Amino acid sequence: MTELTKSTADAGTAEPAAAPAPAAASAEPAVARVTQWGEIRHRFVANKLAVFGLVLVLALFLTAIFAPLIAPQDPYHQDLTNTLQDPSGEHLLGTDALGRDQLSRIIYGSRIAVEVGLASIFLACAIGVVVGALAGYFGKATDSVLMRVADVFFAFPLIIGAIVIIMAMGRGVMPVIISLAVFSWPTVSRLLRSSILSVREADYVHAARALGASTSRIIIRHIIPNSIAAVMAYAAFSVGGAIVAEASLSFLGVGVSPEVPEWGNMLAGAKDFLGVKDFLWVYPSIAIVLTVLGFVFVGDGLRDALDPKLR
Amino acid sequence: MTTSHITAERPAAAPGDDETPVLEVRDLHVEFKTREGIVRAVNGVNYSVRSGETLAVLGESGSGKSVTAQAIMGILDSPPGRVSKGEILFRGQDILKLSEEERRKLRGPKMAMIFQDALSALNPVFSVGNQLGEMFRVHQGMSKKDATAKAVELMDRVKIPAAKARVNDYPHQFSGGMRQRIMIAMALALEPDLIIADEPTTALDVTVQAQVMDLLAELQQEYAMGLILITHDLGVVADVADKIAVMYAGRIVEQSPIHELYKRPAHPYTRGLLDSIPRLDQKGQELYAIKGLPPNLLKPPAGCAFNPRCPKAQDICRTDVPALVPVTEQDGAELVGRTSACHFWKEQIHG
Repeated sequence: MTELTKSTADAGTAEPAAAPAPAAASAEPAVARVTQWGEIRHRFVANKLAVFGLVLVLALFLTAIFAPLIAPQDPYHQDLTNTLQDPSGEHLLGTDALGRDQLSRIIYGSRIAVEVGLASIFLACAIGVVVGALAGYFGKATDSVLMRVADVFFAFPLIIGAIVIIMAMGRGVMPVIISLAVFSWPTVSRLLRSSILSVREADYVHAARALGASTSRIIIRHIIPNSIAAVMAYAAFSVGGAIVAEASLSFLGVGVSPEVPEWGNMLAGAKDFLGVKDFLWVYPSIAIVLTVLGFVFVGDGLRDALDPKLR
Repeated sequence: MTTSHITAERPAAAPGDDETPVLEVRDLHVEFKTREGIVRAVNGVNYSVRSGETLAVLGESGSGKSVTAQAIMGILDSPPGRVSKGEILFRGQDILKLSEEERRKLRGPKMAMIFQDALSALNPVFSVGNQLGEMFRVHQGMSKKDATAKAVELMDRVKIPAAKARVNDYPHQFSGGMRQRIMIAMALALEPDLIIADEPTTALDVTVQAQVMDLLAELQQEYAMGLILITHDLGVVADVADKIAVMYAGRIVEQSPIHELYKRPAHPYTRGLLDSIPRLDQKGQELYAIKGLPPNLLKPPAGCAFNPRCPKAQDICRTDVPALVPVTEQDGAELVGRTSACHFWKEQIHG
């Protein structure tokens, strides 16, 4: 199995077919070093959809970072004499009901998407990993209590729960991030918990204990690194989901303030012109769809690349 | 019910020994709570190991040999497992009375364990150098660079070719024999006084088995460690062990210096084990096998646990648990270090 992976890795550059057998049979040294991360990268890059997803995600990040340089106009600038303009040379994607440049607003909208998507999932993972690790490692009462708490949050419909929190905290980016994280961590904790339950019984955990490793060390060094793969893949997936949820909240009028360039806000503004000015909803929707697809493909690719059983 | 007989302590031939053994297990009982009831996996085990001495613990699966080892190391899964009775004296101190943290500090610097399957006993996500170095970083607070240098040194000690080049390789990149060497290196890292090797060569092929056993024996002599070698293979232990304890259904049924056991077993179970080793000079004959299955420890048979499978079982074997008693010559002369838990040990050993 080991030799197999090595020889397939080598096969890319070396002779195909005939070459691997003697190479595998030869002594251990002198084989090119294949690191864990090297192997994972290799498998990820071999997955075309994952690479496509990565390109989309990178494009999103670059757009968000360099928005002021890319955007042709100020996304806040209202031009009441030029409202609801069809796409033209001056406004590539047209203007909205207040005469703001659509393209610029979509470009700036990526900032909110990235910010909310990454921050909320990061926060969700931070909570979920801690809770899941404790529940999975200690089991029994700790597990029961923590998982019942997770169940409670799990039972809330995301959007409704988020609306409640935002109502309590007031509108803004931070409340959106927090409310999404609060309802996303249970999935992370359950994922991690179940994978810890199997890793916990692994021989290397017993071996580590037999060689004097402390509980915290066992969790941090032996259990988390071996069970985090599922969480990483899930995180990549759910950034897309968080961006959709954030757009939904804004669309419903409980997300970020309406004047902020944000995709959900843009859709909310477009809904009054359905069938009349369709470019108003088509372009923000495309932005959302491409973003979500990007994260889903990356998540898929990560899951396959990280799965130790495929190694 | 059980005897708390302790093997007579005699100055053995082992070099540099002192009166207190490195490890002494006294009347150890371990039980597991399961849904079906309490499984008594270890029922009054006594054994001891001195510095530089190798004790082989022999027994089939489920005889309690590994559970005893886990109890000594303090890595029993508890619950459900629990030491219900007995003492484990490490250099004369009962470690069962220590706190969990104090016991943890013994593991590594004072006692270490080698596992059967080195591939699964090494963490797949870190390089072997990293894992070997961890021993020094955790227990001695060494810097990463020094720890890696020590790791290379250790890999050289266990005769891994091109140690320096391979220190950053991952466990799956090594062969089975090399991985077991790394496992041995990890156990040896802090030069413990006691090493427990739980079937260290079972997962290896025969030629590599011999190499790994030789290496283990060599390092043990060099560091004057006590070694407990758990195995189900009588062939593996003959050359390296000083004495042997045969376990059956959670009890020791026979103890003996290694070579005497092969010559004159004092328990029908040991006899059966010896008879079931394939031999070249008995080609063409049917190989002997001990009839029946190991007992269900939820419902151990009354009397001697071996009685349902014993070819020589009498009525007393079905009612009375035989005590582990010293075995003597026909004329009553003492046989040093020999005990047997059979009502009919005299008949067994003297024919």
